[in-house]
Amino acid sequence: MTTVYVSAVIPAPAATVWGLVRDFNALPRWTPFVADSRIEQNQPSDRVGCIRNFVLKDGGRIREQLLGLSDYEMSCTYSILESPMAVENYIAKLSLTPVTDSNATFAEWQADFDCAAQMEPQLTHQIGVNVFKASFDALKLKMAQR
Amino acid sequence: MVRVLRSGVIDVPLEDAWRVLRDFNSHDRWHPAIAASEIEDGLPPDTVGAVRAFSLADGGRLREQLLRLNDRDHELTYCLLEAPLPLFGYVATIRLRPVTDTGQTFWRWQSSFSAPRDQVAALTDLVGNGIYQAGMQGLERSLRRPASEAYADGAPQVQRASALAPVQAIPAAAEARMDPPAPASGRQALKAGAIVMERHGGPEVLEFRQIEVPAPGPGEVRIRQSFVGVNYIDVYCRTGYFDLLRPPGVPGMEAAGTVESVGAGVTHLSPGDRVAYACGPVGSYAACRTMDAELVMPIPPHIGEDVAAASLLKGVTAGFLLHDVHRVTAGDTLVIHAAAGGVGSLLVQWARSIGAHVIATVSTHDKAQIARRLGAHDVIIGRGEEFVEAVMEITRGKGADVIYDAIGKDSFDASIAALAIRGHLISFGQASGPIGARDIGALTSRSVTLSRPNYGHYTDTRALMTMQSQRLFAAVEAGYLQLATPTVYPLAEAARAHADLENSRTTGSMVLAV
Repeated sequence: MTTVYVSAVIPAPAATVWGLVRDFNALPRWTPFVADSRIEQNQPSDRVGCIRNFVLKDGGRIREQLLGLSDYEMSCTYSILESPMAVENYIAKLSLTPVTDSNATFAEWQADFDCAAQMEPQLTHQIGVNVFKASFDALKLKMAQR
Repeated sequence: MVRVLRSGVIDVPLEDAWRVLRDFNSHDRWHPAIAASEIEDGLPPDTVGAVRAFSLADGGRLREQLLRLNDRDHELTYCLLEAPLPLFGYVATIRLRPVTDTGQTFWRWQSSFSAPRDQVAALTDLVGNGIYQAGMQGLERSLRRPASEAYADGAPQVQRASALAPVQAIPAAAEARMDPPAPASGRQALKAGAIVMERHGGPEVLEFRQIEVPAPGPGEVRIRQSFVGVNYIDVYCRTGYFDLLRPPGVPGMEAAGTVESVGAGVTHLSPGDRVAYACGPVGSYAACRTMDAELVMPIPPHIGEDVAAASLLKGVTAGFLLHDVHRVTAGDTLVIHAAAGGVGSLLVQWARSIGAHVIATVSTHDKAQIARRLGAHDVIIGRGEEFVEAVMEITRGKGADVIYDAIGKDSFDASIAALAIRGHLISFGQASGPIGARDIGALTSRSVTLSRPNYGHYTDTRALMTMQSQRLFAAVEAGYLQLATPTVYPLAEAARAHADLENSRTTGSMVLAV
């Protein structure tokens, strides 16, 4: 099992950030690499069990299922059903925590998955830097420009 | 049941903070409220079940027991066994998490307890601020790297959570590092050069002399200032047009320098920190100053003290005008009057980086070139009828979504006329004179929103000023805007600086060097 963990401080109140990221269908609105997203079966995007089907700007398609959503802890857990990445048993959790002394948000994103040993460094970088960190950077910019 | 939760980010690597925190007996070395602590029965300080008996700086004695210690999650839980305060059933948890993109540490300290109803508010404040907030600031101070290194490693780290090594018991070397710096200064008054006004009047009333700068009292900081910002409001202060100073006194509201000492209760600043401020009351025209620490902000290494002293007020103003008074977004069409001026030049650059379409107005051809260099899409010379026509032509008859107007009397009516339907006029100055009375019924013609923001209302708490200053410094670091290097005058020649400012003999911002 490989674990990737990335965290950042987002310069906006947690409720504001959560308002954007809790929508399981909102990836195109805040990540730099998702071109288009829809929820399959016309389900609401906060219905636990729903599946988002999104297209990356590089053309890849990914399907992910919402396993857990908590407005109390401000966290969202999901699994990959299909993707161009060679990962199995991939479960990721995105969570937000208020930073009370600066009214900002501590954001954490962790993924646990299985993969071939020789692919691990490449996948770790792909997921940790190109996906999680790139998304947090975009979120920081978006919130700084509010 | 009362719950208290505080969280924040300390500028210390997680491993260093955890190495100290996991030692259940370390708190007397970093927590400002703890005088002495001892683990009972000689147990190692990371033994779950160990009891620490300790005394507070005010003499109170407490006992607490370690209930849980987890090196993988960097989490520890403890409860109170005995305390002089009615904190019944008190259980607290401290948790650290790495901020992987900065190398800093996020902390969360929370507890629950019962307390007599009439004491809940006081105890919540004591626990949240006096214990948690102050404690983490003490921990950060005891471990902090030199400021020059603190911002250096912005490199992303992707780490495998499972690979986080368990930490060893605290080595003697680390213990030695935690001793707080001895307070070398800060007890007596200091002599310093300053500009003192004995009366209101022309530049000649600005006289250089020695003053006494008292040691900082509770909540205060004493700053050795290196540069003092000169703003037009200082002229109004000097002439008495604004009632900011009853002579004799020291004018000025903006400066940068280094913290010399701090008074009791100041936790966000330490001696040696590079800082700047832009706030009342007046008194910045001095080599050294004691003032309320609340609105004094640390500055990052990439900002020079001359630039900070010259730009904090203008930069923060540009920041809240673009983000708070109106939330400018990509695609908005803005008019920025006086685009080559102090705030105007920052508005142009920052608005462009947000993705707005920027129409600048200036008074001369030379200034038009400056506005173009700053990134304005369109530049209009003059602000009369031809200005309204030009805006309508550029916007294909729609008008501007937002107009930033610090000109006042000479531009107000044209600005209203150049707005789009449901446009927003932000009037934040009156360089050409007071705007005077207007019929607000006429604003219906465009459903105009009119704002008249006051700097103080966007910056008058530490939380607000921290947010504003960090937003500015981050924008500079990201390259969204460049803060110009100011023209420097010696502090003793403040009178000459004022004369030049009033006669428009300078362009750009001005500072006094100490």
